[in-house]
Amino acid sequence: MPSPRPALPSGLVAVVKRDCPTCVLVAPVLAELAARTRLTVYSQDDPEFPEGLDAVDDSDLEVSYRHEIEAVPTLLRVEDGVEVERAVGWQRDDWEKLTGARGLGAGLPDWRPGCGSRSVDPDLRPGLRVRFEASALRARRVELAPLEDEIEALFARGWSDGLPLVPPTLARVLAMLDGTSRSPDEVVALVPPDLAPCTVEKVAINAVMAGCKPEYLPVVLAALEAVCTDAFNIHGVLATTMPVGPVLVVNGPIRRRIGMNSGGNVFGQGNRANATIGRALALLIRNVGGGRPGEVDRATHGNPGKLSFCFAEDEEGSPWEPLSVSLGAPPGRDGVTVFAGEGPRCIVDQLSRDPESLSRSFAACLRTLHHPKLLMAFDCVLAVGPEHARVFAEAGWSREQLTQRLHELLLIPGSEFVRGAGGIAEGLPEQLADAALPKFRPGGILVVHCGGSAGLFSEVIGGWVNGEAGSQPVHREIRP
Amino acid sequence: MTHDLLESARRLVLDPTSERAPAVRERLPRLEGLEGRTVGLLDISKARGDLFLDRLEERLRERGATVLRFKKPTFTKPAPRDLRQEIAVQCDAVVEALAD
Repeated sequence: MPSPRPALPSGLVAVVKRDCPTCVLVAPVLAELAARTRLTVYSQDDPEFPEGLDAVDDSDLEVSYRHEIEAVPTLLRVEDGVEVERAVGWQRDDWEKLTGARGLGAGLPDWRPGCGSRSVDPDLRPGLRVRFEASALRARRVELAPLEDEIEALFARGWSDGLPLVPPTLARVLAMLDGTSRSPDEVVALVPPDLAPCTVEKVAINAVMAGCKPEYLPVVLAALEAVCTDAFNIHGVLATTMPVGPVLVVNGPIRRRIGMNSGGNVFGQGNRANATIGRALALLIRNVGGGRPGEVDRATHGNPGKLSFCFAEDEEGSPWEPLSVSLGAPPGRDGVTVFAGEGPRCIVDQLSRDPESLSRSFAACLRTLHHPKLLMAFDCVLAVGPEHARVFAEAGWSREQLTQRLHELLLIPGSEFVRGAGGIAEGLPEQLADAALPKFRPGGILVVHCGGSAGLFSEVIGGWVNGEAGSQPVHREIRP
Repeated sequence: MTHDLLESARRLVLDPTSERAPAVRERLPRLEGLEGRTVGLLDISKARGDLFLDRLEERLRERGATVLRFKKPTFTKPAPRDLRQEIAVQCDAVVEALAD
């Protein structure tokens, strides 16, 4: 926590600067008050101003900063060291009420706005913040050598995912922490594989490095909580030889507030929020959890989404309720769903104009997920593009109707999936030859609506092993 | 003054890790012995560095090490990347000879 504020002397306290015309205007009023009562003046830029009032030098701005002076002149009434009343700028009525004096500043206009306090000057603010608030940050300070390139230095320390990082300076991390109301020392999760406790501050540091803006931080926090659950099992997702990583789907009004992309090129490059939120999560697993490729991360191929795979659902254009609502979250609430997924793959169908035909296309493509003969073991995210969604919307198909039809179409006879069938050794045990099994377990197809308005395409993101031993999709509310 | 503070704070970054490993990079472990190991001797091209390295080579061979000799084109510049990589690939240890 920041160290305590410097105490203020009892009586009246004024904060001024010579550079402010209103402060110059009210200098005679301050002299008038000083003659009548106990007045302490703090001067931000020149202790000789106002003349004859023996102002306290606050050119280091500590009093102004700590007492949150936003404009000058500010007049305070202080009792027993505690501020009880505040007037900002020059307003005769306010000043008279605060001081109990009458007829203040005869000859002056009734009202003049003040000027910005130097303690809120955008050029000075970050430095002041470091000076007065950095003690709240507990992370180890790493000093870079004078001739060390700061970007190269972060690579050299092993913190990077392979791309340059934004150096997590005290000023940047403090600014990042503005993005949440949570305390910097609050433990968010135990992060696998090392099961290291991760504080809000560590999340902020990695979010800075990833390139996040402070307003993205709540999404990163919720995503970290979601992946560090037994159900999601980030340890397994990380350690598996399969090419999966966390895929983040964001729902709720926060998508628009922070400018996430749910439209054209939704899985691609170019949107800062999409790109950096997923990256921050991956950096947390690497840096706090200690999960690095070649160590606990044993992926055979991996996939480019392990750098970052995060997107928003297009709720406004969707014929269906959002993914979050289908998973049980209240409508209109901000939330993130995490899914252990591989890279996306396109489903092209430019001719189907009725939902049955399009469902059959989807089913044919979904069947090949990981292997056409492997069933029930993997979930998927089916990202329906707007032009495909319109086909279902015009026919009045609900999300349930679509997934129900897909489950029916993907009931596979044992003769097709047992080992050896089709001349392929891979498959399920031969005892199941007389059974029929579904490609996906119930609830194993997560439908999301997203993508650009042109293109009769959808996308499928294949999952990792599902169920208790694998990973389950997890939804978490995003809290401020 | 605050600008100076900001400037100096820029050289400080906050550790993004769980802080279970030291902030300073660790050295590679020492070789347990020289028998059967390959030691590179890097001459930085300063006068009489070769005399020192010749003697070192004799002593290392006596102890069963294979010795490979390398030479920087000039002592005034860092070793070229190819040379560094060649040493890294071929040697278990390297001795870089300063001279004069």
